Amino acid sequence: MAAVPESRGRGRFGGRPPGRGLSEQRLGWYLCAPAVVLMLAVTVYPMLQALWLSLQSYRITDPDARRFVGLDNYVLILSDSLWWQNVGVTVLITVITVAVELVLGLALALVMHRVIFGRGVVRTAILIPYGIITVVSAYAWMYAFSIDSGFVNSWLGLTNYDFFSQFGSSIFVICLSEIWKTTPFMSLLLLAGLAQVPEELQEAARVDGATAWQRLWKVTLPNMKAAIMVALLFRTLDAYRIFDNVFVMTGGAHGTETVSLLAYRQMISRTAVGLGSAVSVLLFLTVVLIAVLFIKGFGTDLSRARGER
Amino acid sequence: MSLRRKLLRAIAVVIAALFAGCDSSEAVPTLTWHINPDNGTQAKLAAQCTALAEGRYRIRTALLPRDSTAQREQLVRRLAAADAGIDLMSLDVPYLAEFANARFLRRFGDAERDLLVQGMLDGPLASAVWEDGLYGVPFNANTQLLWVRKRVAREAVLDLREQLTWLQVIEAAERTNTTVHIQARRYEGYTVLINSLIASAGGSILQNPQAGKDAVPALNSPAGEAAARVIQRLAGSAAAPAGMGNADEGVTQARFRGEDAGFMINWPFVYTAERGTPLEEDFGWSRWPAVAAGIPSRPPLGGINLAIGAFSRHPDFAVEAVACITAPASQKQYMLGEGLLATLESVYDDAEIQASFPMAKLLRDSLADAAPRPITPYYPDITTAIQTIWHPPDTVDAGTPAASARFIADVLGGRKLL
Repeated sequence: MAAVPESRGRGRFGGRPPGRGLSEQRLGWYLCAPAVVLMLAVTVYPMLQALWLSLQSYRITDPDARRFVGLDNYVLILSDSLWWQNVGVTVLITVITVAVELVLGLALALVMHRVIFGRGVVRTAILIPYGIITVVSAYAWMYAFSIDSGFVNSWLGLTNYDFFSQFGSSIFVICLSEIWKTTPFMSLLLLAGLAQVPEELQEAARVDGATAWQRLWKVTLPNMKAAIMVALLFRTLDAYRIFDNVFVMTGGAHGTETVSLLAYRQMISRTAVGLGSAVSVLLFLTVVLIAVLFIKGFGTDLSRARGER
Repeated sequence: MSLRRKLLRAIAVVIAALFAGCDSSEAVPTLTWHINPDNGTQAKLAAQCTALAEGRYRIRTALLPRDSTAQREQLVRRLAAADAGIDLMSLDVPYLAEFANARFLRRFGDAERDLLVQGMLDGPLASAVWEDGLYGVPFNANTQLLWVRKRVAREAVLDLREQLTWLQVIEAAERTNTTVHIQARRYEGYTVLINSLIASAGGSILQNPQAGKDAVPALNSPAGEAAARVIQRLAGSAAAPAGMGNADEGVTQARFRGEDAGFMINWPFVYTAERGTPLEEDFGWSRWPAVAAGIPSRPPLGGINLAIGAFSRHPDFAVEAVACITAPASQKQYMLGEGLLATLESVYDDAEIQASFPMAKLLRDSLADAAPRPITPYYPDITTAIQTIWHPPDTVDAGTPAASARFIADVLGGRKLL
């Protein structure tokens, strides 16, 4: 069945005359031009605008004081301890959540991969948290841990303990909520990787007497390295931009502020558009840096992970 | 006729009716009034004033977020984009200077001014003025009292008719094993508390708030230190409730119903909410506590100004609507319905008001002595800077006022991130 359309396709496009190929190429460009223009309009234009704004001292509510300041905003941010403290907190949250999610996600992916009965129900149940809006999940977790309406305190026998009154316990709840919410995404990406591990290799290892643990470490994981890297990359990029949980639970109090929240406060709360844009540009550059490190450093091949090879 | 055709016809009729509805409403100018959430009295006033306009214009309400900071953020975003859909807005008092300075608000003319602010209390009126221009009309005002469980006051032998001090309150709570509830979450309510503490000690946050970006902090003073000592004393006391640094108005209101509650500072809505409940009997009140013995306190000043958007298409009707919404009858209705205070002096002499608010005289006196938050276009920076340094309350010490003064100066001068 599969061979038929393939051979037909080869017959049609294989020996095409050069003139026709050119006009088809042009047609191709015409066809995708609207999409390209739209992409430029919604991504490149705002990015250039943010870059331009980040070079100004500009406050929406004080338009008369608007002026060009060059790189002053960047110097101010990078020399401020608050920025570095926020970067530290963001990295801490990213490392904790991504590490825990990788382990949990892999376990859930194995369950989803191996389950025989009620596969649809199991997969749906695992994916439900990912379908919940982040703000909603943040509120749910906040209320669960809050001192007056929460049930966690009575479960743990803590009568008057306020989870959101100090750094450690606040970060704990923030990470817990983030992990609960996004582990399904991680396991979904890993499940795709698991499906690519050839069953013959597993069987060969089993015949050779390898234990389940050995098969996991020697066969399964090495064969899904690309999928793991892509999952880590996507989750790291997401986790680094964490906003909702912190915004809802502590509002950045007790030193829990993240870089996204800093950008929000400069941009939206202070309406200091210049400074806020500079923070956003720096946030963007950090995210690009993370992506480059993953792709260059770990040799992540995106096309391989998508099964295109 | 098949069921399907019946259904299609029904849908067509509904759509036609909807468009017809649009047409008739377009003929009458519609004012959109952005209101802060309340128990529904603003919506009632909108309907009443629409009826009084006899078809010349209509007032439609649009709801803003619950949190004052979030209300400001939404209005700023819309007005920065020159949104003509904001005809009227209920603007929290500390933000008027910023909005007026940014040319987001329509300035009232002299003739309008004379007409609209007649008989208004001075404190609320001052919050509606920026650089000698009137940019809002005080619609309601608010101030806080010290709310006391009468049982605890008797046990601690406190005379609630006198001006108590913070030290007296904290010590009374310690003696009776009860708690003192304040708003100390990192939010606007915490600045309200700090501002009143500093003002009660005879100081202020800024020397020259009207200078905007060039304003000089004034809280590194004995008054600022006295204010810090109150918070430090309470935070380190057994009278401090658990999670004090996360408590806002709603949380303190809920905890004041608890068994161990003794004292709370809060707005009068907490009393309105308790009417007819078993707690009402035990609900006492006193003036906002003083910082220094012998010097009367400067209670917080809150409230709402009614302002007209600079980009409104119907400014004349908007002025008329403002006059209707801030009229004595409307203010009385609002005070009875919401527990928020009128800005017109005459309303307090009303018999119905006096019956419903047994503390009406104390409220009016508190309002007269109330300390406004700094009236400056940079208020959002000032308040965030203060919250950042003074929070959490258990870290406040003698160095806090000076640290916050340095931080405010650095933030205003563009030398620090906020």
